[in-house]
Amino acid sequence: MKDVSFGQYYPVSSFVHRVDPRLKIVFLIAYIVAIFLATNFYGLAACAFVLILTVAFSRVPVLKVLRAVRGVLILILFTAVLNIFFYRGESEPLLQWKIFAVYREGLIFTAFLVCRLVLLVTLSSMLTYTTTPVSLCDGLESLLTPLKWIRFPVHALALIMSLALRMIPILSDELDRIKNAQMARGADFSSGNPFKRVKALIPILIPLLISAFRRADELGEAMEARCYMGDKKRTKFKKLHFTWRDLIVFLLLAGLVTGVVLLRIYLGGVV
Amino acid sequence: MNIIAEHLTYVYNAGSPFAAKALDDVSLTIEEGEFFGIIGHTGSGKSTFVKHLNGLVRLPSSLKHYKKPKAKKGKPAPIEPSLKVGDYDLANRKTDFYGLRKRVGMVFQYPEAQLFAETVFDDVAFGLKNFEKGMKEEEIEKAVRAAIEIVGLDYAAVKDVSPFDLSGGQKRRAAIAGVIVTRPEILILDEPAAGLDPLGKREIMDLLHRLHGDWCRTVVIVSHDMDEIAENCTRVAVFSEGKLVCALPPKELFLKAEELYALGLDIPLTAKLCLALKERGIDIDCDFTVDGFVRAVLDRKGEAQ
Repeated sequence: MKDVSFGQYYPVSSFVHRVDPRLKIVFLIAYIVAIFLATNFYGLAACAFVLILTVAFSRVPVLKVLRAVRGVLILILFTAVLNIFFYRGESEPLLQWKIFAVYREGLIFTAFLVCRLVLLVTLSSMLTYTTTPVSLCDGLESLLTPLKWIRFPVHALALIMSLALRMIPILSDELDRIKNAQMARGADFSSGNPFKRVKALIPILIPLLISAFRRADELGEAMEARCYMGDKKRTKFKKLHFTWRDLIVFLLLAGLVTGVVLLRIYLGGVV
Repeated sequence: MNIIAEHLTYVYNAGSPFAAKALDDVSLTIEEGEFFGIIGHTGSGKSTFVKHLNGLVRLPSSLKHYKKPKAKKGKPAPIEPSLKVGDYDLANRKTDFYGLRKRVGMVFQYPEAQLFAETVFDDVAFGLKNFEKGMKEEEIEKAVRAAIEIVGLDYAAVKDVSPFDLSGGQKRRAAIAGVIVTRPEILILDEPAAGLDPLGKREIMDLLHRLHGDWCRTVVIVSHDMDEIAENCTRVAVFSEGKLVCALPPKELFLKAEELYALGLDIPLTAKLCLALKERGIDIDCDFTVDGFVRAVLDRKGEAQ
């Protein structure tokens, strides 16, 4: 891991970092539901308040959090533009040009939609900023456990996920090495037409594939040598425990969802 | 081509929580014609240093968007690192790095991992076709044949074979052929003999001696094997935690056994024997090659009789 930092994980220690990953996943899902339950700006304000709390207690720099929004900026702008021009309101349009018309309600609704999307993207990225891929994987496995009842191979799935995660830095190191070696032999990956560029990748991809297969083989043998049997009564090295932190977060989440529902009932829609 | 590095400093992931200093103010000159050794334990910065030499790792000042560091109040302005390889100024963004790579060959650790083509011939010719666009087929064939033969493989027997069907030592030699085929003036090898059996090791070192001189003026090897270093190198640089500790001929370097041990490094067997003899009151003055050691011991024996 030299010039590549895998994923988005931001390595500091904070309240949010130490919250149980299972709760964080549930939190994210419930938060998304809350965002879509909210029908007015008060509801979104409540969601935004929770988001600000999350960022404040995570010690992730605000700029870094905003960068996550930048990634989907085009999508947000595209949705906004479509909405502004194609929303059909009941009052007189503010502007009209051929089939395009801008209504007051359209503008308000678009602003509402943009807020929704920004909140959604930001909190999702908070999950990946504050949770290592490995503990995300653990959390997911634990949450999927009920699926074992219908014979779904939860354990195997989790193993595949964590092995894949484990292999990413190794393969990326390997990729770096092979790329350097071919560059030292005059390979050029950054010029020529697209067809040429794809062809230029062959000297990297073939050695990388060969080494990936070799590693997979070795890993399989190593696991067999240690009598790995899959799901048969395995215990975890790192057990997930609920703590007082998780209780606070859970109460906050319950408060948020209740609040949003009440706001929806008593204050009605945005337009 | 001489290699002149001054105040070379490199930080991986600068400005992020993963920032790590790999090189710290390294000033080192490697002259044309040397068989230069670089030693240091894992993570000492030796690999980062050699990657600088053909522009795989670039000096910050040779990159786009480079901002000159400002001098802080009351402190002298930070010294700009500089690196020159022959006429190439690696601190300059306009330098022809492509041309540089042709003249500075680089053999990475386990070079057999870079083999990819369908036949040994194609693999060896890869670098040549990249660097010498428009070279005639006959000339390519001639150059590839020469490269395959000098690394000690049988041209007729291996040229149409898949490189993956060769044995470990043969693969390594084929990979080295793929680097030296362009006749680089400087050849850099990162642990060229790692993971080979004793015979394979000896063959690789013999190969390097065949190459050094006519084929490649300068050879630089990174190695953990002190016997290899003592036996072959004209001068050795010792790296530790990103810093250059010293650059000396093996004859002087391996007298400093204590310091090398403290850095987590070893000394060659000949130097250990000299130390053991010294403890028993016999002072031997030699250059730490096996031949030199034997000669020095025999001389002492002659004197004693």
